[in-house]
Amino acid sequence: MSFVSYLITGISLGSVYAIIALGYTMVYGIAKMLNFAHGDVIMVGGYIVFVTVSNLGVNPYVALLISMAACTVLGITIERVAYKPLRGTSPLAVLITAIGVSYLLQNLALLIFGADTKAFTSVVNVPNLELFDGQLTISGVTIVTVIACIIIMSALTLFVKKTKAGRAMQAVSEDRGAAQLMGINVNGTIALTFAIGSALAAVAGVLLCSAYPSLTPYTGSMPGIKAFVAAVFGGIGSIPGAMIGGILLGIIENLSKAYISSQLSDAIVFGVLIIVLLVRPTGILGKNIQEKV
Amino acid sequence: MKMKKLLSLVLTAAMTATLLVGCGGSEGSSDVVTTDGANVFKIGAIGPTTGSAAVYGSAVMNGAQIAVDEINAAGGINGMTIELNCQDDECDAEKSVNAYNTLTDWGMQALVGTTTSGCCVAVAAEAAQDNTFLLTPSGSAVECIAYDNAFRVCFSDPNQGIASAQYIGQNGIASKVAVIYDSSDVYSSGIYEKFAAEAANQGVEIVAAEAFTADNKTDFSVQIQKAKDSGAELVFLPIYYTEASLILAQADQLGYKPMFFGCDGLDGILGVENFNTALAEDVMLLTPFAADAQDELTKKFVATYNEKFGETPNQFAADAYDAVYIIKAAAEKAGLKAGMTPSEVCDALVPVMTEITVNGLTGEGMTWSADGEPSKAPKAVKIKDGVYTAM
Amino acid sequence: MKKLKNMNKNTKSNLLTYMMVIVTYVIVQIFIATGNMSSLMEGLLVPVCTYVILAVSLNLTVGILGELSLGHAGFMCVGAFASALFSLGMKDSIENDLLRFIVAILIAAVSAAVAGILVGIPVLRLKGDYLAIVTLAFGEIIKNFINAIYLGVDANGLHFSMKDTMSLGMEADGKILIKGAQGITGTPHCSNFTIGVILIMLSLVIINNLVNSRTGRAVMSIRDNRIAAESVGINITKYKLIAFTISASLAGVAGALYAHNLSTLMATPKNFGYNMSIMILVFVVLGGIGNMRGSVIAAVLLTLLPELLRGLADYRMLIYAIVLIFMMLFNWSPQFIDFRKKMMSKFKNKKKAEKEA
Repeated sequence: MSFVSYLITGISLGSVYAIIALGYTMVYGIAKMLNFAHGDVIMVGGYIVFVTVSNLGVNPYVALLISMAACTVLGITIERVAYKPLRGTSPLAVLITAIGVSYLLQNLALLIFGADTKAFTSVVNVPNLELFDGQLTISGVTIVTVIACIIIMSALTLFVKKTKAGRAMQAVSEDRGAAQLMGINVNGTIALTFAIGSALAAVAGVLLCSAYPSLTPYTGSMPGIKAFVAAVFGGIGSIPGAMIGGILLGIIENLSKAYISSQLSDAIVFGVLIIVLLVRPTGILGKNIQEKV
Repeated sequence: MKMKKLLSLVLTAAMTATLLVGCGGSEGSSDVVTTDGANVFKIGAIGPTTGSAAVYGSAVMNGAQIAVDEINAAGGINGMTIELNCQDDECDAEKSVNAYNTLTDWGMQALVGTTTSGCCVAVAAEAAQDNTFLLTPSGSAVECIAYDNAFRVCFSDPNQGIASAQYIGQNGIASKVAVIYDSSDVYSSGIYEKFAAEAANQGVEIVAAEAFTADNKTDFSVQIQKAKDSGAELVFLPIYYTEASLILAQADQLGYKPMFFGCDGLDGILGVENFNTALAEDVMLLTPFAADAQDELTKKFVATYNEKFGETPNQFAADAYDAVYIIKAAAEKAGLKAGMTPSEVCDALVPVMTEITVNGLTGEGMTWSADGEPSKAPKAVKIKDGVYTAM
Repeated sequence: MKKLKNMNKNTKSNLLTYMMVIVTYVIVQIFIATGNMSSLMEGLLVPVCTYVILAVSLNLTVGILGELSLGHAGFMCVGAFASALFSLGMKDSIENDLLRFIVAILIAAVSAAVAGILVGIPVLRLKGDYLAIVTLAFGEIIKNFINAIYLGVDANGLHFSMKDTMSLGMEADGKILIKGAQGITGTPHCSNFTIGVILIMLSLVIINNLVNSRTGRAVMSIRDNRIAAESVGINITKYKLIAFTISASLAGVAGALYAHNLSTLMATPKNFGYNMSIMILVFVVLGGIGNMRGSVIAAVLLTLLPELLRGLADYRMLIYAIVLIFMMLFNWSPQFIDFRKKMMSKFKNKKKAEKEA
């Protein structure tokens, strides 16, 4: 029974990683850059909900919408100011600016909200599910997170496959120059990707803080890195891959904590990642592009 | 090519300029209370005010500031006004030494710091070399005060671990105990080790000892599940309240309701903004300071702190507040005068530290032994209806 | 003078870098001798040397080999712990500080090189961002692993555990060398500025000579076109591994310098985690990928910057972040570069006009 319990908490943790990883993977697929500031956008999303709900008394669902809107604006602004001027130069340069943006957001939050931990009131009010006479408890947040993750993944897949804007994204990710020649607004498409990625970050922030109710300026950084690992795990750029990668990562993390060593669980997670990448060098669902001469 | 050359030239020039500016002696400081200069006593404080440990450093700075303001308003130390200079160390040993050197340049005569154990070990070595008086408010690792010039306000880690095990054993609170601790943290692993050693003597059985690390402190479901499966009646949490609040919330989500017992790091849990205090009901902790204590000194301190910084002070703030008053007591006993060098101050303060007795927020009648350890009794408190109550 | 003119561009540029380091060293020594150096600056000298070596060594991987590594701090960590352990263990056996430190540095270099080979063999088969993430993973594994090591010594010999100090089963007179998260305490303070500068010079010489050698050209040909390099018979794995290992080994040397500058050595996310790896990468990218002199300058500037901003108190790290973003835009953005060029040509034209007039 405890094994099932570890598995369920693993899936819960994994689905939070998965939602964050979806944002990572979208941006990477189109802009070909590692957006290190993504984890910090999550943190900003969390703080916005915290402030609107706890201090202004707004309805949690309205607060979520406000947070999504604010993060969208933030995402587009970051893209315009810090990333767009560097488009076309070395991807490393953009990586470093992304790190700069990450520091900036963390320190801004530190100045505005202080270093104190804020206890996040769960936005989710689904009751816990008790099975087998209380031997197994599945928390409401877990159920909501998993469902939200599946819905978001399906919606994103549909969006990318079926809509015009989504196909434009695919085209830009495939070949930016050719896409431009075909009359696709490349800048607009990239901005749209950042907007979607950041709105997702807001949702991820709320779910992360609902499942793990503590909010500090550094809340987003470690889950951000883990989600990045999850995205690579599943094959970076692939939407279903991000979800599979995230959930697998959560399960591996929890099972290694439970059965091997809670001190070394990070080492084990990263070890599994390395082995997977050695067997499948582009992740579980990543496309293997053959290099041409 | 020309462009690049010019650029590197400009950069080199900038580098030399910064070097030279730096050499001129950096005067930069934030919390300096400027006075006319002659009749001052300069106290430095070091702690993380940025980074993930910022909450502890900020508390130390704030607590020290209140004490300094009070003392200055009451006429200072032997007529000297205290100047306080607080420096950030990001909870990194190297940055901490940088902060220490900044303070040395500023002319610091006594150090309240550093806040965290790891940094404190590094800075203590530097301070010993310079013969600077060091009083750490919250550096609890044994090595923090390895040198003669170093003292501390808080309990040492071993003390807390032993005291906790004794308390649980002697009062028959529980016989099966699970421990959840931060193996990447000096404070937490230090307490855990001594607790485990002493628990055996007290007839307390440790049925589960689960660790987590600094990189992995959001999800505690596995650790909680294991504690639950092991049939522990009590979960010992030798950790800080930031993580403890998460553990309490997640234990509740998983439907696990054992007794929780913690050390001084747990103090502050009721002050977490928006925290559902019902979760912390019946949590027991051994702490020298409780923000809800009813003595005059604590009430006044908490009120001032709330007014100035809009928060309820935690144990770190109280330790720092006491630290400043301890320096004052020692300085008065030693009869310090203005204009002494840091080394003279240190030589004067070290011998009198073992002679003074201080009543502070974190203990009545605190005294010190020559090795730098304080002697004071921890209070056991239990959270009842959202407030700390003495047990 | 004639000789100087006949030298090729590379050699000249390298000489300029060496000169720069030496001149800075002399200036700093003069400042120290005349007592014009603040303690902060004096305390920063060794860390600055450490970061310069790290930046230069990472530039070998990123700039010359052309692979993005996010685990450089891991090698630094290996070097730091290996050398600190040696120094602590041999504190009483080898009396001469300098001799002990030199051996410690060599041990750091060798152990980090071994780690480099072990990591490099699997990692270098991957490409691009996948390689980057795997190096990050290795860096985290190293840090995580070292954080769980307990090592003690007593009359019965060495005791080792991955759990806690109790499971070491030590005799009462035993001494704990590595204490898990608390790491190593009491490393002798051997690092100083002179040794730091010597190590910087050594690293620069090693890398510059490598770049201008047959091996270096092979490595760069792999960077520029892997398939073409392979087709002319260059052993890709071998040359990649050589460059990667040298880079790791130099990072280990920097680790030794770091460890012997502080009396405590802990593997925290801050000093040996991915944050540090990224920080080193920032030095490299800001200074110019493949440009050793740029790395040196960027490392010095960015290490000093947060310390010089101390006067800004709480706003310090915020300003630091803004400066970082701005410097990146200024150095890399095509618009900014155009703008700079325009300003330059205007300036030049003016000068020309003045001359003609």
